[in-house]
Amino acid sequence: MGKKLLLEHDNVPGIQGYDVYRQMGGYASVEKALKTMNPNAVVEEVKKSGLRGRGGAGFPTGMKWSFLAKPDGVPRHLVCNADESEPGTFKDRYLMSRIPHLLVEGMITSSFALGANTSYIYIRGEYYYIVRILEKAIAEAYAHGWLGKNILGTGYNLDLYVQVGGGAYICGEETALLESLEGKRGNPRIKPPFPAVKGLWERPTVVNNVETIAAVVPIVNNGGDAYAAIGVGKSTGTKLISASGHLNKPGVYEIELGLPVEEFIYSEEYCGGIRNGRELKAVVAGGSSVPILPKHLILNTAAGEPRLMSYESLADGGFVTGTMMGSGGFIAMDDTTSIVKNLYTFTRFYHHESCGQCSPCREGTAWMEKVLHKILDGHGTLADVDLLWDLQKNIEGKTICPLGEAAAWPVAAAIRHFRTEFEEFVKNPTRIKDVKHYYRLNNLPEPVM
Amino acid sequence: MNTGHTQQEIKFSDESLELVRNIIARYPQGKQKSALLPLLHLAQAEFDGWLSVPVMDYVASLLSIKPIEVYEVASFYTMFNLKPVGKCLIEVCQTSSCWLLGAEDIIKHLEKKLGIKVGETTKDGMFTLKTVECLGSCGTAPMLMCGAQFHENLTIEKVDTLLTDLKTEGKRKTYLDEVKIDKY
Repeated sequence: MGKKLLLEHDNVPGIQGYDVYRQMGGYASVEKALKTMNPNAVVEEVKKSGLRGRGGAGFPTGMKWSFLAKPDGVPRHLVCNADESEPGTFKDRYLMSRIPHLLVEGMITSSFALGANTSYIYIRGEYYYIVRILEKAIAEAYAHGWLGKNILGTGYNLDLYVQVGGGAYICGEETALLESLEGKRGNPRIKPPFPAVKGLWERPTVVNNVETIAAVVPIVNNGGDAYAAIGVGKSTGTKLISASGHLNKPGVYEIELGLPVEEFIYSEEYCGGIRNGRELKAVVAGGSSVPILPKHLILNTAAGEPRLMSYESLADGGFVTGTMMGSGGFIAMDDTTSIVKNLYTFTRFYHHESCGQCSPCREGTAWMEKVLHKILDGHGTLADVDLLWDLQKNIEGKTICPLGEAAAWPVAAAIRHFRTEFEEFVKNPTRIKDVKHYYRLNNLPEPVM
Repeated sequence: MNTGHTQQEIKFSDESLELVRNIIARYPQGKQKSALLPLLHLAQAEFDGWLSVPVMDYVASLLSIKPIEVYEVASFYTMFNLKPVGKCLIEVCQTSSCWLLGAEDIIKHLEKKLGIKVGETTKDGMFTLKTVECLGSCGTAPMLMCGAQFHENLTIEKVDTLLTDLKTEGKRKTYLDEVKIDKY
């Protein structure tokens, strides 16, 4: 049984409310930080812990915090990124709706460490019901003196608000999120300046994922060294994995980093194997943006070592034979799955979610979707597969924000590992049965038959 | 067809106006534009589930910003409807995990059952059918959202029951509704 830091009390009845949460040791990190530590000491503990951003990029959190500019007289802000929109990812939703106080507590401790007196939780609009859950938890925290003026008599003030988005994947990119929080379209900003220098309203700002901020609680409670002792190598601590697709037991699992992928998929403690007794075909291990891997490469690295659930092991082999930890959105596909069709759903997603600011992404995602549609519809040629490859190459690295890469990588990986399947579609055009339905599904005018 | 609200009928209830003031107070002086998205949600819920031009102009006046600043935002975000929608907007997720577990069958069934295509509204103004991208319910796929409520682990039977229930209830569903939480 792996160690649980975030979901330790997940099954305690009433953990959603303040009283039970407090009984289970809740808000101890706030007491410890505010009463016995100075802000820099908290930052040091987070640095020691080796905690890496849990939203997808995996950037060391302590380092991100230490970049925060501290000009005199300019307020600083902490913004929690709860825009969770990466297909295959639903861990933040789980955490916020089950244990909302853990996020509130993490926000208070982290805001103290950064010297922020007003903090925001930016949550995707589709999670509107969680806004209510969080606001209730925040109201309880105010009522018990954990938020507001002069917290615990220490002179530290903090206000915490929930900000709701409007349904845009791109707002999970931190500068687009800040634009959105300022009441604008979610167009990512050109960096530098980074948010640590000029963020929300041009003030120094740190943006962290929900899970990252929640992880600060056990780090402060038990010390950074204790957190770093869990996991493997530079992948320290625990990670929430959202498991979905053709699994017997999909859901959110907290794992110790370094767990073998095979154990995660097949053991009864976790996903319990592939449903209906079928064979595993492929896995997208870290949310839709990361490269898909066929069974043999997700279970073992190219060198034949067992693949582990860690930043390093998942990335072993680069993009040729490896993938990325990403957000921990783990999508498993059985042997009935059409990789081409699955890729189409991803590419349609990125086309829909492209903000339109950079031409390579705006035009490229649309083009890739069209080409895939053509192939799926039985009208593709072998040249189209090469065209897809060219298209993704011409998006990658040519956009302001990483949505370009996120759209390009799945296409590249699907062709890299499953090229024969694309060719199969082209050579044996099994036309889908109801073309009209297909057009309607995509809001296109009726085709001339 | 409803072509829009008239200027006279647009004013938030007193309760909502109180909420508007509270929302604006969350931001520093002069940064009230940050309240735009929360206010658009509020407006959409209060004014028939969509944002007509007069409604957006009203929101602009509340925040002392130019109408164009509201239009450009409202048209950017998927959740804001710029055309009238039925009382129940059925949003079916169609991205990978939901697709793997049969979202297409759910969509086909809804089209057949409601007698409309994706993007259309039933004649009685009760249902609008829409496909959406990942709503973060991948472990409980396939799913759809109506108002603020997630309906998960869908089967054809569950969809039928849901449609009957929604029709019997006959109420407009909004993102601001209280919801019942089963699993999460």
